[in-house]
Amino acid sequence: MGHGEAGTAGQGQDMLQLITDKGVRVSHPELDPYIADVTDEELVKLYEDMVVVRRIDTEATALQRQGELALWPPLLGQEASQIGSARALRPDDFVFSSYRENGVAYCRGVDLTDLIRVWRGNASSGWDPYEINMATPQIIIGAQTLHATGYALGIQQDGADSAAVAYFGDGATSEGDVNEAMVFAASFQVPVIFFCQNNHWAISEPVGLQSHIPLAGRAAGFGIPSMRVDGNDVLAVLAATRWALERARSGGGPSFIEAVTYRMGPHTTADDPTRYRDANELEDWRAKDPIARVAALLEASGALTPAMEEQIAAAADGVAKDLRAGCLGLVDPEPEAVFAHVYATPNSWLERQQEHYSRYLAGFSADTTEGSN
Amino acid sequence: MSTMTFGRAINAGLRKAMEDDPKVLLMGEDIGKLGGVFRITDGLQKDFGAHRVIDTPLAEAAIMGTAVGLAYRGFRPVCEIQFDGFIYPGFDQIVCQVAKLHYRTQGRVKMPITIRVPFGGGIGSPEHHSESPEAYFTHTSGLRVVAVSNPQDAYTMIRQAIACDDPVLYFEPKRRYHTKGEVEEGGALSLAPSMESARTVAAGTDVTLVTYGPLVSTALDAATAAADDGVSIEVIDLRSLAPVDYAVVEASVRRTGRLVITHEAAQSGGLGAEIAASITERCFNFLEAAPVRVTGFDIPYPASKLEKHHLPDLDRILDGVDRALGRPNSQSGLEG
Repeated sequence: MGHGEAGTAGQGQDMLQLITDKGVRVSHPELDPYIADVTDEELVKLYEDMVVVRRIDTEATALQRQGELALWPPLLGQEASQIGSARALRPDDFVFSSYRENGVAYCRGVDLTDLIRVWRGNASSGWDPYEINMATPQIIIGAQTLHATGYALGIQQDGADSAAVAYFGDGATSEGDVNEAMVFAASFQVPVIFFCQNNHWAISEPVGLQSHIPLAGRAAGFGIPSMRVDGNDVLAVLAATRWALERARSGGGPSFIEAVTYRMGPHTTADDPTRYRDANELEDWRAKDPIARVAALLEASGALTPAMEEQIAAAADGVAKDLRAGCLGLVDPEPEAVFAHVYATPNSWLERQQEHYSRYLAGFSADTTEGSN
Repeated sequence: MSTMTFGRAINAGLRKAMEDDPKVLLMGEDIGKLGGVFRITDGLQKDFGAHRVIDTPLAEAAIMGTAVGLAYRGFRPVCEIQFDGFIYPGFDQIVCQVAKLHYRTQGRVKMPITIRVPFGGGIGSPEHHSESPEAYFTHTSGLRVVAVSNPQDAYTMIRQAIACDDPVLYFEPKRRYHTKGEVEEGGALSLAPSMESARTVAAGTDVTLVTYGPLVSTALDAATAAADDGVSIEVIDLRSLAPVDYAVVEASVRRTGRLVITHEAAQSGGLGAEIAASITERCFNFLEAAPVRVTGFDIPYPASKLEKHHLPDLDRILDGVDRALGRPNSQSGLEG
């Protein structure tokens, strides 16, 4: 690996690719060995994953527009980065993500209703982190990179060969937490992967405001080997993640991957990107679509037929239907839930407030039954 | 039972907690070979290894953030913040993550993290080395906050803090590190007084004096001095600052009818205000006088040659007691 040695100037700054924008498979000596075992059938599965998560994303966005979700952070355009990386993981690896990694959560096996519980406002988290080995998504930008590093320190202490993966964006790379995480990860040589999806925009701020060099180039300053890949190329992302996992599992320490992609949609459904970015830029990236290029590649080889595409699209519609049904079926939380789990052990301050509030609420039902005031 | 310094008692408590549970590990700056700048972790790295007593790079946010990750994996990290005034880079991780993760995950992820903070003044240090930041944390739901005042509590409560499934801020009065006391080592935590309980350290009938941490011994001195003057002060060591054991304070105030609260931290928005309000709500009809606060001023911590003017001492506490009793005092003749 050309990037295996820390401290090499300019390491990890060329963007590596295995599938071109037009869907042509190109070889790359560093990446090829990592995906040599991937069959056409497996590539079709990755294609299907991407179609499904895009469909989930479309449905969730529609649910927000219809007033059923308070907010939704679309991943449109980032399907290859999320599927390619998440499908490289083992169940015993542990993911620490931001709020946009819904495609990663899908790969981890999240229940669809748990995916939107937070965004409907029913709870502050969706799933049990230990059931799918993925932490509750983090809203504070970059904070989860430290959690991943600490978790990886725990893996190291336990002598396990699993890895922790931190997902974050280009904007997060400016946060102190992300930089401190890389300092700690390098210092202790823990099995963590810093997976940065450079989607070019931190709400309205272009990546050039965060950094004047490719983000992957920053890792060298911490002594962390890095790789910069086409984040819209699911095979390249899969290969890069396997490279980083191999390093983590064999005691090689942390790695940094910059997946160069593009946020085709708004930051969240509350955002309006037309205020700050050029429509032409969007068109340029539309031509680099992560799903279309895999479809083109598989169609050319005959591994993907129109009938299969229809079947996959129908399956994705079915997932969307389930998502919608789960969303609409969510029951509003009971008032007592507001006090639940602040502490793991009894707390006299909170017990008193809860007791007072219960009496307050009970007052309303008493008024009703007595019919007086 | 053996005699040991306050600092040694914390060390012994840490050692016991590490022996009892292999998932306990210590993290902090200079805590390994050096044993910490106050030597509280002296000898622990040598005995437990560098993997359990971890010298970290100098980044408080990362100490707290990696502790969160370790807790996610089932560890019980004990983090040393070198000085009170150095905690702020870690504030975001403490307030947004350590404090809230149990609530956010609906109890699925526990955060049994102990954050040790040497706090308070009186040691003649430059800025950032003498602060009392406890109110920031008592105002943050999800955290437990304790302040210890004597070697026995220091020993027992560090063990309780580490065993607690909630995150605990453990404030150590650094100017008392060399105070000696009797410490009963070992002992089942289930038999020790609850970490949440306050303790009446001197019985009295005229006024209730509430304090914690470094000022407990000052308050006891004040009670002794007042007794010579015919005034009987009941001194309560809060021990737990979040939550406060109001049952003990309230029972005392119902008997004395007068309340004085003293702490080194600044007055406005502080713990004294919270206690005064809570006690007024709970037993207003038993109060003979308005609660009195004797605290540090609302100033940045001053230069060490000025700190004696900032820190409540025996005479300022007695002046506060006189205010509560309506005796001649420094505020006599002033409205309010």
